[in-house]
Amino acid sequence: MQDNILEMRGITKEFPGVKALDNVTFQVRRGEIKALVGENGAGKSTLMNVLSGIYPYGSYTGDIVVNGEVCRFKGIAQSEAAGIAIIHQELAMIPQLSIAENVFIGKSLSKNGIIDWNKIRAATIPLLERVGLNEDPDTPINQIGVGKQQLVEIAKALSKNCKILILDEPTASLNEKDSKNLLDLLKTLQADGITCIMISHKLNEICYIADSVTVLRDGQTVADFPSAKDITEDEIIRQMVGRELNNRYPVREGVKIGEVFFEVEDWCVHHPEFPERVVIDHANIKLRKGEVVGLAGLMGAGRTEFAMSLFGKSYGCHISGKVRKGGKEIDTSTVPKAIENGIAYLPEDRKSCGLVLGETISRNISMANLKRVSKGGVVNPNQEIAETGENAKRFGVKCSSIFQAAGNLSGGNQQKVVLAKWMFNLPDVLILDEPTRGIDVGAKYDIYCIINELAAAGKCVLVISSELPELLGVCDRIYIMNEGQIKGEKLRSEATQENIMKLLI
Amino acid sequence: MNNTQKTVLKPAGSEHANVGKTLRAYSMVIALVVIAVLFHFLTDGLIFTAMNLTNLILQNSYVVLLILGMLPVILTGNVDLSVGSVLAFVGAVAAILQVNYGMGVVPTLLISLIVGIAIGAWQGMWIAYFDIPAFLVTLSSELVFRGLTQVVLGGASIGPFSPAFRTMASSFLIPDEVSAGTVMSITMIIAVVACVLFVASQVLERRNKVAHGVPVGSPVGMIVRCVLLSAAILALSYLMGQYKGYPTVLVIMLVLSLIYSFICSRTIFGRGLYAIGGNRKAAALSGVKDRLYFFMAYTNMGFMCAVAALVYAARLNAATPKAGVNFELDAIAACYVGGASVSGGGGTIAGALVGCFVIGILNNGMSMMGISADWQQVVKGLVILIAVAFDLLPKRKKK
Repeated sequence: MQDNILEMRGITKEFPGVKALDNVTFQVRRGEIKALVGENGAGKSTLMNVLSGIYPYGSYTGDIVVNGEVCRFKGIAQSEAAGIAIIHQELAMIPQLSIAENVFIGKSLSKNGIIDWNKIRAATIPLLERVGLNEDPDTPINQIGVGKQQLVEIAKALSKNCKILILDEPTASLNEKDSKNLLDLLKTLQADGITCIMISHKLNEICYIADSVTVLRDGQTVADFPSAKDITEDEIIRQMVGRELNNRYPVREGVKIGEVFFEVEDWCVHHPEFPERVVIDHANIKLRKGEVVGLAGLMGAGRTEFAMSLFGKSYGCHISGKVRKGGKEIDTSTVPKAIENGIAYLPEDRKSCGLVLGETISRNISMANLKRVSKGGVVNPNQEIAETGENAKRFGVKCSSIFQAAGNLSGGNQQKVVLAKWMFNLPDVLILDEPTRGIDVGAKYDIYCIINELAAAGKCVLVISSELPELLGVCDRIYIMNEGQIKGEKLRSEATQENIMKLLI
Repeated sequence: MNNTQKTVLKPAGSEHANVGKTLRAYSMVIALVVIAVLFHFLTDGLIFTAMNLTNLILQNSYVVLLILGMLPVILTGNVDLSVGSVLAFVGAVAAILQVNYGMGVVPTLLISLIVGIAIGAWQGMWIAYFDIPAFLVTLSSELVFRGLTQVVLGGASIGPFSPAFRTMASSFLIPDEVSAGTVMSITMIIAVVACVLFVASQVLERRNKVAHGVPVGSPVGMIVRCVLLSAAILALSYLMGQYKGYPTVLVIMLVLSLIYSFICSRTIFGRGLYAIGGNRKAAALSGVKDRLYFFMAYTNMGFMCAVAALVYAARLNAATPKAGVNFELDAIAACYVGGASVSGGGGTIAGALVGCFVIGILNNGMSMMGISADWQQVVKGLVILIAVAFDLLPKRKKK
């Protein structure tokens, strides 16, 4: 009989109209690293929210058994007391406070209600050592990178003496080095006897670290891989999507690459707060019609800064350089001017920069080009509904109605709405910043197909991504950026992970 | 690719994102009716006499006018605390022009409106182009213009205004000389015309939807809406017809409300306000000129303050240093009670008007019952809390 630290039996959780979890069984052995995978909307986060008491006992049916005891968590405090700690995808830290304060937030070490700062600092140091973070506990959170913030979160969980650590997509916003670091830390913690449950979309990481894998699909457990040797990426994908996905990237066939259409010359950008710092240094790129071009770079290489400064000077100061479209210099100094000149920018963070989450899908799609459905400044709502509906359909937005709020959609569908929004403008040049971040394999494939279609329609497409395999899979040509400079460019035929990596660092 | 895709154009059904909002708007209408009926019994029918109804409209006219400025500001996610002081200041300017300088009505109106617009633009400039938080800018103006009002008025009231100026607030659409019977018939003719126009607009809208392939629900909803609204228009008009017919202020209010409702819901400008309030970053990255919109929202607020100031001064027949105290709170409360979102990006003019009359009827009804002003404040305060809680709590449960 195996020693399960956690068993979830027959968990069913319903939301009005949707069965998010349907009789899910989930077992975790003591001391293992368990990967929980599934497409977006498969119910992974819901299951973890049930486990951590965010959805209290009574709002679901089924049993949670921790260490052989049935638990009825009414809230996070109770699940934490049972040794369960959850680290959400969006880190829940207060940027202005110090590392130590963030670690001990909510359970300040105090005497008669007065906080003992020295005690907190002293208690933080060994925790930071344990997660391998070499920082002063007094450093404010907003002065360290995302990778280190993630480590602080883990230190916080350790401070609560957790036995089961749940990580929801811990590496989603980390670069390769930080990801590797984090995964290795999990292994160290495992050696200390901590059980980990990791939700992830990155299959290579799962294969690297997980001892066992559970796959959820449409709220049901569809597969269990009890031992590490059974785990292969292809098999996991097959179980996740419920169909054979032979190729993760659609074939780019019949590619007709035209003449150079969009050029950026000697683009320089300075940091908005420290104007003496150069963020983008004489960058030159050329995009051809019908071509999908990648922009590779590590976090902080300046990819997003480059794109945003190009798009209406939305980032930086002292911007100089020339932008040419069809041989003619164009003005992109404000967002409206950039849009008018046929440029579209799909932002890195769709929730904070791409969508108005409380608005309907329809109104999100028309947002950047209301002129298309208006006359003399007056919107024709019927034309708007008809035309945005058409766009939503064309880009495969899965929804019950286009009057649904964008915030209620899954990540992949939200991204499709943002794409549909930009395509509502009929742009010639599309800059897609991390178009598949945090979305599942099936939706990624859909997005790649859309990228191909756009290129086939003669648009210039620039894809920014931190996942090299993705760039290699979808692009015809890849620029490599490092420290604000374009370090090189590789054609699809000559590009490999290795030769790009060399230029990246 | 994907064979299970479905993108459906459905009529406003259960998944309609705005269904909650729509329901809320209607729930406030229901609350309005319930409160009205309640006071009808509590005051032995006094509240629905012709004269009191007219009075109720006149009493609330400035709040309605202020709402037309406040709602756009609230849509962008801000508030304006300076409204009462600006109203007092513009009223003082008008009084000085009229009384001290003997200026005619038209130049007085024009200069007053320009002063209002300039004050709005001043505030808008700091908020939109210098990124000073709106709360602080408008708090500053609240003090500055209350102080300036005292200064220009020398601490005393100035009046009276010329009769021509006063007609704005005290006159009726149909001149006094006409016989009572004629007043009633003209009033009812206008009411019937209004009903016909409303029904026609609804039918046209429906046809338009069908023509664009936008699915429409069963016509029952539309018919119910038409019948109820027509009944309300006819009944209220009949009541007003018994007295002197429509007050001129009511006409100004209605015309402006229709224009602003149209601007907010149907123009690119109005939609930009919603987008900015919903997510300023996303709106700006979609080419919405966020700064210009903030500037315009506050400039318009200044303009509406001036309009309200003129109506208020004309009604009081004097400019006083204490004019408009707490009016900003009345306007803000009306917007929130009427379903506007505290974080911006949600709310309608129609909703805010309903909110305004919920509070208005409460005030008026309690006064008629002889409840003291102190207790009225207590009740009003609690009603605002209940209304907003009623609005927000169901949303919280869903999570």
